[in-house]
Amino acid sequence: MKDLIIRPERCLGCRSCEIACAVAHSKSKSLFSALGEQPAPKKRIYVDCLPNLEISIPITCRHCEDAPCVSVCPTKALSQDEVTGIVSHNPDHCVDCWTCSMVCPRFLPLYQLILNIGCWTSSMAYNRGVISRQTDAGVKCDLCQGRDIPACVEACPTHALVFYELEEIPGTKIPETTSELTG
Amino acid sequence: MEQKENEKSMDSDSETMLKKVYEKSIDPASQTILLKAKQEGIETAWDRYEKQLPQCSFGQLGVCCRNCNMGPCRIDPFGEGAEKGICGATADIIVARNLLRTIAAGAAAHSDHARDAVLTFKKMSEGAAGSYAIKDEAKLLSLASEYGIPTEGKNREKVASELADALLLEFGKQTGSLLCTMRAPEPRLKLWTELGIVPRGIDREIVECMHRTHMGVDNNATHILLQGLRTGLSDGWGGSMIATDVQDILFGTPQPRMSTVNLGVLSRDKVNVIVHGHEPILSEMIVEAAEDTELLKLAQEKGAAGINIAGICCTGNETLMRHGTPIAGTFLQQELAVITGAVEAMVVDVQCVMPSLGELSGCYHTKFISTSPKADFPNTVRMEFHEEKAYETAKEIIRLAVENFPFRNPEKVNIPAEKQECMVGFSAEAILNALGGSPDPLIEAIKSGAVWGVGAVVGCNNVKIKHNYGHVNLVKELIKNNVLVVTTGCNAIACAEAGLLVPEASELAGEGLKAVCKALGIPPVLHMGSCVDISRILVLSSVLANRLGVDISDLPVAGAAPEWMSEKAVSIGAYVVSSGVFTVLGTVPPVLGSQAVTALLTRDLNNVVGASFAVEPDPFKAAALMLEHIDGKRKSLGLNSDR
Ligand code: SF4
Ligand code: SF4
Ligand code: SF4
Ligand code: SF4
Repeated sequence: MKDLIIRPERCLGCRSCEIACAVAHSKSKSLFSALGEQPAPKKRIYVDCLPNLEISIPITCRHCEDAPCVSVCPTKALSQDEVTGIVSHNPDHCVDCWTCSMVCPRFLPLYQLILNIGCWTSSMAYNRGVISRQTDAGVKCDLCQGRDIPACVEACPTHALVFYELEEIPGTKIPETTSELTG
Repeated sequence: MEQKENEKSMDSDSETMLKKVYEKSIDPASQTILLKAKQEGIETAWDRYEKQLPQCSFGQLGVCCRNCNMGPCRIDPFGEGAEKGICGATADIIVARNLLRTIAAGAAAHSDHARDAVLTFKKMSEGAAGSYAIKDEAKLLSLASEYGIPTEGKNREKVASELADALLLEFGKQTGSLLCTMRAPEPRLKLWTELGIVPRGIDREIVECMHRTHMGVDNNATHILLQGLRTGLSDGWGGSMIATDVQDILFGTPQPRMSTVNLGVLSRDKVNVIVHGHEPILSEMIVEAAEDTELLKLAQEKGAAGINIAGICCTGNETLMRHGTPIAGTFLQQELAVITGAVEAMVVDVQCVMPSLGELSGCYHTKFISTSPKADFPNTVRMEFHEEKAYETAKEIIRLAVENFPFRNPEKVNIPAEKQECMVGFSAEAILNALGGSPDPLIEAIKSGAVWGVGAVVGCNNVKIKHNYGHVNLVKELIKNNVLVVTTGCNAIACAEAGLLVPEASELAGEGLKAVCKALGIPPVLHMGSCVDISRILVLSSVLANRLGVDISDLPVAGAAPEWMSEKAVSIGAYVVSSGVFTVLGTVPPVLGSQAVTALLTRDLNNVVGASFAVEPDPFKAAALMLEHIDGKRKSLGLNSDR
């Protein structure tokens, strides 16, 4: 199946993905009309900056069924609500081991990037924190149900977000390097 | 018929290609060339538009600010993210400031064009620009008297020289207000005075916009927008009006004449030279040089049957209005003209010239010649133009084009058949003339309801709207409802291409308008000139208002820019609405990110200047809005308002 993959090294921090996501989840589905809608449409993706890397990165989680990140987390910092399917993160238990990011296709490229530049001071707990904010808002990425290409992927001018065919998850074969995603 | 047969013989690939091409333009000539472009793998503005999609939402809403280097800052329109820029600027402030800068740029373009016209005029009067002369002495004298210049005992050149000085003063004026504003009806001028928006020096208003929008200066949306109106007025009742006046003196005030339009005006066997941009200063010389016997002889030697000049955009409108020089197309047809493969030289001055023409010309034999000291482009032959040796330069340009003729590759040539007749040249003077010297017949027709009202439809093309679809449908809808249309710029060219600028087009008009057109022998859509010539529309509106003893905002008149794209159009919008004319925009201006600014423009301005904007991309709905507005004005004037 296809999933949204984040390529942090390409993100320019323009926040186009955020707006496109909000518009895709508005009633009217059009930017100009969505402006006045009540309640205001909510985005499912957050562009944040990784302070230690001085880069911006779009962060989003779709709270997978049988979330692989939950199953691999060694300290049970990640858990999944059986009813709502929401994946939560408990920062008190998180030891920043990045194991979760090795199985989450969305974060793997970030993990690769960090491996490459050897900057371990950037915290996975931080990224999870952003996801938690999103969870609190009561919305999650639904891969833009009903659209062929997710709105954020379409909106990103630098292709920092791509919609990529993955083999089964878990045990998934995901691209080893971010450059493999370009194809 | 032919089209159908062609289609049949094509495979499905070509069919989708065709479908795509039909989606881009309503004009068959443009469709033909768009198809040629596809087949030859040539990129056009439409392809580049696709690559830009989706466009940045912050930009579309006007909520991105780069006015200082703490930024860029942008406001989250859905309220989850930043509500203010780093300095504290809200969406209202940012949107208003951006709008003001846009108006300033538009006014600058028109007014700087005007300055160059006046400088040429000045040089001519001093004998330093021998290629130019005074063509309309009556207009010279009437303008001189308007500017308080005694003419008795002076020769024409002396009068011209003093008038030029007076006009130049308008640009750098430090006290008082622009003289042209005196042409506005009294109640209008009084209103502007009360609001404090009577424009002062032309350059001053533009400079003040840049000052006010600097970080930490003007931070009140309403206050900012009032300066926008004043700057717009400095264009409409200043720069643009001066440009029109001076160009009329130098090149003649347009009178009705026939011509032809669309890509089909390009010649199979003559040297084709396109003049494109906005100023008539050089193109006038080009038109003259094309008749030079030496060059015609050279053309013959090179195997050409002659030299054919055709215009694009407003440079084209200027020579069309005064000489009946044919027009090859509107703004979005500039690339298509080159793609015909039949253009020896694309000669450009300033404004609305796509930089893509450089690379594009390289795909054909076309010489892309840039002439303005202000405007260079990629891959051009620079042939800088100066008034002192205007005709010589024009000749050199034509010579280059003629010498390029043998390099035309017949295999790459496809000139569409479409070539439409049109009647042009309706300056305010010419319209009054056609009416028998007084506005009364028009006023009577309006009173009786035969002419329901007047629609001023102007503006560019924009890839966001199917080429000419907005223009043509809006205008057709208006004349069908007996609204006499006055037009300038690319709307005029679009209407001409659609056959609306011939007297016979009155058949498409309602009964009342049809009868009036037939009686006067005029089309239901009157071509008043280039974009700076919207000043002619202002003058005409003032004549009507004065005659009726009312303000412009009381007239059954409405404006529209169905496919606008340029900053100049925003400045035009600002002065047309401040002059009291309700205006419908066909593409959404980048202001929706601020509710306050949007409400101001579309509603509250009505209480301030007696007119406001509306946004409506659908030309049929836009026409309905204009008609509704005209009905209302008729009612207030005590005229029959039941259509
Ligand atoms: S973090 Fe990744 S693997 Fe975990 S639920 Fe979210 S999208 Fe799925
Ligand atoms: S895929 Fe759709 S729902 Fe998910 S973050 Fe992107 S735009 Fe939002
Ligand atoms: S649209 Fe792309 S570049 Fe812009 S913030 Fe989102 S991921 Fe980054
Ligand atoms: S002027 Fe204000 S809003 Fe604009 S870039 Fe500077 S800090 Fe940001």
